[in-house]
Amino acid sequence: MRWLPYGPDAVLVECDSLGEMSAVRATVTAARLPDVVEVVPGARTVLVVGRPGTSALQQARKAVEAADLEHPPGADPREVELPVTYDGEDLRLVAETAGISVEEVVQLHTGAEYTVAFTGFAPGFAYLTGLPEPLRQSRLDTPRTRVPAGSVGLAGEFTGVYPRSSPGGWRLLGHTETVLFDPRAERPALLAPGDRVRFRSVR
Amino acid sequence: MRTLEVVEPGPAALVEDLGRPGYAHLGVPPSGALDVPALRLANRLVGNDDGCAGIESLLGGLVLRARSSCTVAVTGPPVRVTVDGRPAGSHLPIHLRPEQVLEIAAPQTGLRCYLAVSGGIAADAELGSRSRDVLSGIGPQPLKAGDVLPLGEPQGIPTGEDELAARRPPAELVVPVLLGPRHDWFAEPAQQLAVAWTVTPESNRVGLRLDGTPLRRSKDGELPSEGLVTGAIQVPPSGLPVVFLADHPTTGGYPVIGVVAPRSLPALAQARPGTTVRFRPQA
Repeated sequence: MRWLPYGPDAVLVECDSLGEMSAVRATVTAARLPDVVEVVPGARTVLVVGRPGTSALQQARKAVEAADLEHPPGADPREVELPVTYDGEDLRLVAETAGISVEEVVQLHTGAEYTVAFTGFAPGFAYLTGLPEPLRQSRLDTPRTRVPAGSVGLAGEFTGVYPRSSPGGWRLLGHTETVLFDPRAERPALLAPGDRVRFRSVR
Repeated sequence: MRTLEVVEPGPAALVEDLGRPGYAHLGVPPSGALDVPALRLANRLVGNDDGCAGIESLLGGLVLRARSSCTVAVTGPPVRVTVDGRPAGSHLPIHLRPEQVLEIAAPQTGLRCYLAVSGGIAADAELGSRSRDVLSGIGPQPLKAGDVLPLGEPQGIPTGEDELAARRPPAELVVPVLLGPRHDWFAEPAQQLAVAWTVTPESNRVGLRLDGTPLRRSKDGELPSEGLVTGAIQVPPSGLPVVFLADHPTTGGYPVIGVVAPRSLPALAQARPGTTVRFRPQA
């Protein structure tokens, strides 16, 4: 683990694995330090932003150094099930790349339990880890200019759902009707770091 | 309810307050006024709390009609402000009677003027803020002719002129930079940064895009997505840096060579295309 300076009011904690990153994120979040403004997980990092002129960053470091990262605070992860119609444009491509049938792709994707590692790209866009090995496939060579809202896709070690229509290069498996992000809702993002997710086939 | 009508929005007029920090882990940018001291001053001049929502007017051209009695103030770069065609001044409280028309001309320097109104603009808040975030499309829609803006209850007494005339932005900005977190991805990062950069017209509320001698990387490959802060200088494959402003993406995969000193952000937010920026890196 490395603590990298990031301007006067933030620090980037670089971790050795996704697991360590999740543990650091959970530890800093659970410490509920009043002067910590943001705790932003990435694929291998946790960005901690403090209120200017406070000791928030030192307190966060102390909390991480005192923690047992093998057993991070659970913070009662939410479990979310997303119903998916597996009719994506890249379903066949994913099956061919994996050397399996389309039905097996659906079985693999619905059979695994995923965890929200981090977010980004758009509000409510969650990068889910736990993708079975055969489905870990590269992005499309040419990204689409428009991917419809609710599209379920995969890229690299992640799977995820586009909360709204946008350009995108993930391989598309299907779509869900579930609303992923509503800025006026009490809980604006359905998926937050640490949440557990399963996909269920509705066709 | 007291209201204010938009007659002409000008090139762009957005409702902004101090933003919505604290939601970056959900992919939501902090947003908020780019020139925070200017919005705070405008609010103070009309007796509001600092956090009230005002209007961020890009390059003026904003025309408003009072539909109720209210007090307004315009801050930011020096700018001609008129009421019913008569000069009214900037950086001071102006009382408007119903049906009076206020016009903000185009500023001669800088980019963004801020208008505060007694009681603040009471548009619906999203995630605790009334700021328009142009990256995510969160917050009140950009203002258009005919919009009627609801106003909140006036809170305090206008405090009068409490700051000397607006600063004129210097022709060349000198910006202190703290190196890191990824300066080790570049050969001689301090020397490479400490040259003249030019603000390009592609700049917006997401980031200030700079032109100059492309920064050379010493390390190839990709960086797994990591968190970004306002003021981060990110270097995409072109080697031409982007200084992220309030509507920046929350994570990104290109290396951040350094972070500008927060006190420089208001001046960077007012930097017109063609402005020279000189970074002063420190370890």
